[in-house]
Amino acid sequence: MSAFPATAHRSSAAVRARPADRIFRLLSTAAAVSIMVILAGVALFLILRAVPAIAANWTSEADLKSGVTGGFPSFWSYVAPLAFGTVWASLIALILATPVAIGIALFISHYSPRRLATFLGYIIDLLAAVPSVVFGLWGILVMRPFLLPMQEWLNTYLGWIPMFSGSVTSTGSSILTGAVVLAVMVLPIITSISREVFLQTPKLHEEAALALGATRWEMVRLTVFPYARSGVVSAVLLGLGRALGETMAVAMIISPAIITSFRVLTEGENSQTIASNIALNFPIATGLQRDALIGTGLVLFVISLAVNMVARLVISRKPRQRRRPTGDDGGKATAAPDPADVLAASDARVSPVSVLHPESVSK
Amino acid sequence: MSAAASTVARPAGRNRYSTGSLPRRINLYTLPGSFILAAAVMGLLGFNWFGLAAFTALIYLAAISGLSLVVENRRRAMDRFIRGLVTSAFLLALLPLVSTLWTVVSKGIGVLSWEFIGTSGGGTTINPDTLELVTSSGALQAIVGTLEITGLATLFSVPIGLLTAIYLVEYAAPTHWLRRTVNFLVDVMTGIPSIVAGLFAFSLFTLILGPKAFSGLSAAVALSVLMIPTVVRSCEEMLRLVPADLREAAYALGVTKFVTIVKVVIPTAIAGIATGITLAIARVIGETAPIFMAASFTDAFNGNPLAGPMQTLPVMAYTGYKFPGQDIALSNSQAWGAALLLVLLVVVLNLVARIIAAIFAPKTSR
Repeated sequence: MSAFPATAHRSSAAVRARPADRIFRLLSTAAAVSIMVILAGVALFLILRAVPAIAANWTSEADLKSGVTGGFPSFWSYVAPLAFGTVWASLIALILATPVAIGIALFISHYSPRRLATFLGYIIDLLAAVPSVVFGLWGILVMRPFLLPMQEWLNTYLGWIPMFSGSVTSTGSSILTGAVVLAVMVLPIITSISREVFLQTPKLHEEAALALGATRWEMVRLTVFPYARSGVVSAVLLGLGRALGETMAVAMIISPAIITSFRVLTEGENSQTIASNIALNFPIATGLQRDALIGTGLVLFVISLAVNMVARLVISRKPRQRRRPTGDDGGKATAAPDPADVLAASDARVSPVSVLHPESVSK
Repeated sequence: MSAAASTVARPAGRNRYSTGSLPRRINLYTLPGSFILAAAVMGLLGFNWFGLAAFTALIYLAAISGLSLVVENRRRAMDRFIRGLVTSAFLLALLPLVSTLWTVVSKGIGVLSWEFIGTSGGGTTINPDTLELVTSSGALQAIVGTLEITGLATLFSVPIGLLTAIYLVEYAAPTHWLRRTVNFLVDVMTGIPSIVAGLFAFSLFTLILGPKAFSGLSAAVALSVLMIPTVVRSCEEMLRLVPADLREAAYALGVTKFVTIVKVVIPTAIAGIATGITLAIARVIGETAPIFMAASFTDAFNGNPLAGPMQTLPVMAYTGYKFPGQDIALSNSQAWGAALLLVLLVVVLNLVARIIAAIFAPKTSR
C-alpha cells in the first residue's frame, strides 16, 4: 500500500519529462493564443486603415469630396445612414423570418413524424448551405418579378402607411425584395437553434401537460414556449447578426442610395446597407475612399459584435423560475438549456453530432 | 369509407366520451376539397402556382378550424389550426429552396460542359471570317482559384482550429483565464461578418505589400478567419463526445497525455472531426464578399496564389452579373454556370461529410 503513491508520483514525473508531451501542450496552447492574436489583428488592421479616413476633414480632402464618398460633411454623417439601412433591412428580414422559423422549428420538433424529423431538419439546413451569391442571382431573376405585383398592391392600397408610400419600384429592386431574400437566408439559423431548444424541453413537463388533457398546442404553449423563450430570443438575435453582415444578396438586389428612408417599396432611394455599400463601391474607390469604406466595415464589425454578444448573454442566462413551481423538481427541471449544445447548433451550421447521432437530436 | 368502417368497428351507439370529434382522416377530405376550391378561385383570378398553394393553405386552415369549431370545441379547433399553420410554415420554407435549386439548375445546365470546366475564359480573339471580337468562355480559372484558395484556407484553419479545440478540451482547466478568454473570442469570431474578414485581409496585405496587394493567399487568410471558429466548435464538440473512460484507461496503462490524445482521443473522434471540417469547407467555399475584397477578380488564368488577382466561382457568379463584359448575355450565362458548379460543389461536400460520418460509424456508441 505504501508503495502505491510513490509509483504514481514517479510515473507522473516521468509523464512531465517527455519532450513530445511538452511540445504538444505548447503547440495547442499556442493555437489557442493565436486566436487572440488573429482577432486582435482583425481589429488592429481595420482601425489602422480606418483612422485616416475618420480623422480626415471631409469637406476639404480632395479624395473624399468626390466619388463614392462625395457630399458628406464627415465620416459619421456618411456611416449613419448606412448603419440605419443595415439595421432596417435586417429588421424587416427578421420580422418576416421569425414567425416562419419558429413554426418550422415547432413542426420539426413537435409535430412531424418522429422518423422524418432528422431528414426534415436536414432539408432546412440545406437552405443554409446554398451560397449567398446564388440567393442573390435567384433574387434578381425570380424574386424581383415575383414580388412586383404584391409591392404594387401594397403601394396602391396601403400607401397611406409611410412605410409603403413613395413611387413604387418598377423592377422590384426595393428593400422589401432584399429583405425577403435575407429572410430566406436567416431562416435556417433561427430554425436550427430554436429546434434544439424546443427539443430540450423536459419530457416530464410535456407528458404532464398531455396527461392533464391539454391538446398538443396547449402542451406546446404551456411547457415548450416558457422553457424555450430565452433560447428563441437568442436564436433571433444570432439570425440578426447574420442578416447584418450579409453582403451579396443585398448588393445584387437592392437599388440603393445613401439616405435614411423608412420606405420599403421604392427604387433608387432605398436605404443602403454597410456591407453592400462596401461590396459595390470598393472596386471603384480610391485612396482615402477605401479607408472610409474600411471604416464603415469597422462600424459593421462593432454592431454585429454587439448583437452577437447580447445573443450569447441571453442564452447563457438562466430563464426565470416559474412563478408557481410545480412540486419539488419544478425549479430544477426548468434549468436553462445547455448553452454549449445550443450554440454548437449555430456555430457549426450543421452540427456534426446531428450527423453522427441522428437519434440524439430527433429523440 | 374508412371512417365508416371505424365507426362500425366500435361499439354501437354514440360514445359520450368520444362524441364531438371529427373523423380521423378528416385531412384526407379537407385537403383535396381546399385544393379544388383554390383552383376555382385561381380560375377566377388568373392562374399562378404560388397563389394556388397559398389559397389551398388558407382555405384548408379556415375549413379545418371551422369544422372543428362546429363539431368539436374551441380548444381542439385551435390545436388543428396551429398544426396546419406550422405545417404550412415548413412547406413555405421549401418553396425558396426548391425554387433556388430549380433556377440554378435550369439556367446553368445549358452552360455546363466539359469545355466550360476545362477552358479558361476571358480571352478575346477575332473571328477571321466575320472579324467580330469573340470572348472565350470557361470557368477553369475560377475552379482552380476556388480550389487553391479554399485549400489554403483549410490548411491554415484546420491545424489552428483542431489544436485550439484540443487545448480547450484536453489541457485547459475549466476556470482557467485563457480558456474562458479563448471561448469568448471564438464566439466573437463566429460573429465576424464575412465582408469584414475580407477587409481585414485586404488591410493586412496592403499595409505590408503596398496597394494592389490582391492575391489568392490574402483571400485564403480572409476565409481562415471565417473558418477557424467553425472548425474549433465542431472539433471541440466531437472531442467532448469521447468518453472519459477511454482517456482514463490509457492513463492507467501509463500512456502519456500526448500519445493518449493522438492515438486514442483523436482516432475515436476522427469521423466527427472530418465531418465538421468538410462542412466548414462547404460553408466558406461559397463566400463571395471576402474573396472579392482580398483577391479581386479577373478573367485571366492565374494559378499562383501568391500574387495577382484570382478568380473564384462565387465571385465569377457575382461579377458575371454585376460587371458583365461586352457580351452581356454571355457573361450572364457564365454567371449561372459558375453558380451551378458552386452549388454542385457544396452539395458534394455535404454528401462527403455524411458519407464520412456513415463509413466511420461512431465508435463511441455501445
